Amino acid sequence: MFLGLLVCFEIRQTLTEGFAKRTQRLPKSSDDNQENFWRIMDTSTLIATLALLIAAAYVMGRGRSMELADTSQGGFRNLNSLPFYYGMLTALWCGIPSLFLVGVWMTMDTSVIDMLLIKQLPEEVAAMPKSELGLVLNTIKNLAEGNMLGSAPEPYMAQAADSLKRLTQTSQMAMTVLAICLGMLLAVFSWFRISPEQKARLQVEGAFKAILLACSCLAILTTVGIVFSVIFESMRFFQSVPVSEFVFGLHWSPQMAIRADQVGGSGAFGAIPLFVGTLLISVIALIVAVPTGLMAAIYLSEYATAKVRSIVKPMLEVLAGIPTVVYGFFAALTVAPLIKDSGTSAIDFLNIQFEFLNIQMSISSESALAAGLVMGVMIIPFVSSLSDDVINAVPQSLRDGSLGLGSTQSETIKQVVIPAALPGIVGGVLLAASRAIGETMIVVMAAGLAANLTANPMESVTTVTVQIVTLLVGDQEFDSPKTLSAFALGLMLFIVTLALNYLALHVVRKYREQYD
Amino acid sequence: MEAIAENTAKVDNMIDTKKDVQNNSPESADLSNLETVGIPFSDNAKMSMRDVDVFYGDKQAIHGVGLDIGQNEVLAMIGPSGCGKSTFLRCLNRMNDTIDICKVTGSLQLEGQDIYDPKLDVVPLRARVGMVFQKPNPFPKSIYDNVAYGPRIHGLVSRRAELDEIVETSLQRAGLWNEVKDRLHAPGTGLSGGQQQRLCIARTIAVSPEVILMDEPCSALDPIATAKIEELIAELSENFTIAIVTHSMQQAARVSNRTAYFHLGKLVEVNETEKVFTNPDHSLTEAYITGRFG
Repeated sequence: MFLGLLVCFEIRQTLTEGFAKRTQRLPKSSDDNQENFWRIMDTSTLIATLALLIAAAYVMGRGRSMELADTSQGGFRNLNSLPFYYGMLTALWCGIPSLFLVGVWMTMDTSVIDMLLIKQLPEEVAAMPKSELGLVLNTIKNLAEGNMLGSAPEPYMAQAADSLKRLTQTSQMAMTVLAICLGMLLAVFSWFRISPEQKARLQVEGAFKAILLACSCLAILTTVGIVFSVIFESMRFFQSVPVSEFVFGLHWSPQMAIRADQVGGSGAFGAIPLFVGTLLISVIALIVAVPTGLMAAIYLSEYATAKVRSIVKPMLEVLAGIPTVVYGFFAALTVAPLIKDSGTSAIDFLNIQFEFLNIQMSISSESALAAGLVMGVMIIPFVSSLSDDVINAVPQSLRDGSLGLGSTQSETIKQVVIPAALPGIVGGVLLAASRAIGETMIVVMAAGLAANLTANPMESVTTVTVQIVTLLVGDQEFDSPKTLSAFALGLMLFIVTLALNYLALHVVRKYREQYD
Repeated sequence: MEAIAENTAKVDNMIDTKKDVQNNSPESADLSNLETVGIPFSDNAKMSMRDVDVFYGDKQAIHGVGLDIGQNEVLAMIGPSGCGKSTFLRCLNRMNDTIDICKVTGSLQLEGQDIYDPKLDVVPLRARVGMVFQKPNPFPKSIYDNVAYGPRIHGLVSRRAELDEIVETSLQRAGLWNEVKDRLHAPGTGLSGGQQQRLCIARTIAVSPEVILMDEPCSALDPIATAKIEELIAELSENFTIAIVTHSMQQAARVSNRTAYFHLGKLVEVNETEKVFTNPDHSLTEAYITGRFG
């Protein structure tokens, strides 16, 4: 308690000293010390200070409630809540509004400062169109930060840069003072309100419930925001390219003329080749992952001893922890050349041995097969781990029943365990599939960028996610159909994976009902 | 009590045990020298077990049990929880093999053949000695497929019509045919608990075993379903040898020819069922059936 008071006092002391210094030296606008103080008192320091304030508020609130309990001579029983809750309540009063203020201030201040700055600019500059005005503002900001500029700044810019510096400083200062004052004020207010009758526990729990709710709302709102931004951008895309052409078109070539006089493709936005490519690679990946993963799961859950299982299962799950970019260069540098070399020599061999075949096939060094194989290895742990869990969830009584009828272990697994676990296994496979569809890195590196409409795994194909990446890293304007098509692709992909996830969850839930 | 007094003369540790019974704390009795009283052996034995010890890791669950199960006999095994009766039952078709730490020693024979012979294939053994479990455990398949499961894996039939016939007769003998004949392809898990248990019995008798082991087959069922299963056991005993573990003494009294009383992993008494429930030879048996413990 005394410690808390002491800490609080110390902080107050430093702050007031700081303010005193500041106010004294305010007339000298270019004073080094003052500038240093405000540089030190940046946002992270402010938050650290607030944290200290909150801690002090907690200690003091707790101390006051304990004091009150002692004076009324009945100990803690006279308190409505335990001292912890009084401390928490004081801390919450101190922390939440001030932190909220800092958050709001920081999101708002740039735009407010910009607005004030524009008002100060000469009229002909302020009347410029938005994009050019943005450019001017950027120059001013660079000037204010002391960055090198290409050309000598115009005088009004230097002036504006100075006022920008001043505005930023004032804003930072005002935020610091306000936040700390608000925190202290409310802490003191709450401290005075502490009484044995106060229902601190209920209030604290209510506050925490609200914080939890806010956190979940944040996640939901973010998702909703992303979905809507994708939908709106897609709608802009569909204004220039009809939906039917996008969904059913067989040709993907998003290169468009940037300028009117440029020679360039008119752009073709048929998404079918991309989805076929995605499908091809995902199918190859699943062909690799499903049997391997399933058999690994059967071994782990039915045959492996506890010791083997405790070693093998975590090691399998390590596969899921390897960054996809590592898989990507493994696919591009090791697997793809291997496929090309062995495939080419196999074709040569066939052509020499059986001349009548005369196979004319070239194997691309970037092939769907390489990407699919490596991606398959990557998703093995998804299949094996989930299948292992559902196979373990099959009641032992079913196995006993089958064994008791004289069936062998493998008959029991094939006839009873796998059919009983099948819905769960399907759920696992679908989750793995949606992971495969969304995978980008491996495909970028190993499968190439050419949008071929083919079912031949030896050829180079491309996927939806890869195209989104290439579309957005280009240098086109953000409102050209080429760039906007990325959003449309994203929307389609989102719908497909959402449907798959929903299906997987549905299947898994149905499975749960069967045994519970 | 006079009958007990006669028997105490034969068994060394009886005096101690009797004292304990009088003190109402038979669990603390010294059982180290206990020998089975009554008639554990049979002239017409289907299965005969001698000196059976079962260990779970370091812990011994069954101590030197010697017991015969006669041809076409219904043998009931009773005793307090944890006395080893289920463990003993599961030894009879080597279901304990599925538990890694379980070790069985002694001689267990089915018609003179050692069932723990390392060279013996456990699959045909389990086809000959079937098992019905405590909790009904129909496979998540149709009723028909549940019953057809055993005949199919053992290749007992070659034609569909034969399989149909086996399914029908098995369900009839399990007393379930009339209730399910119209929905043979509905899932077996959709039946009521009692029906599920009779389905499991039908599934077991479909492979025509010689011995049926039942591990508390009615403990999850209501009295009406229980009565049906008990009736069924009486009918089945015409063709099968049955060993049944039960917690219900009334049930043991109703269905069995002989009753074996297990206590702390030892076989205390085996006698004609009527004798066990009216005039047991051993004081521990009497204490159990009169409800003084267990």
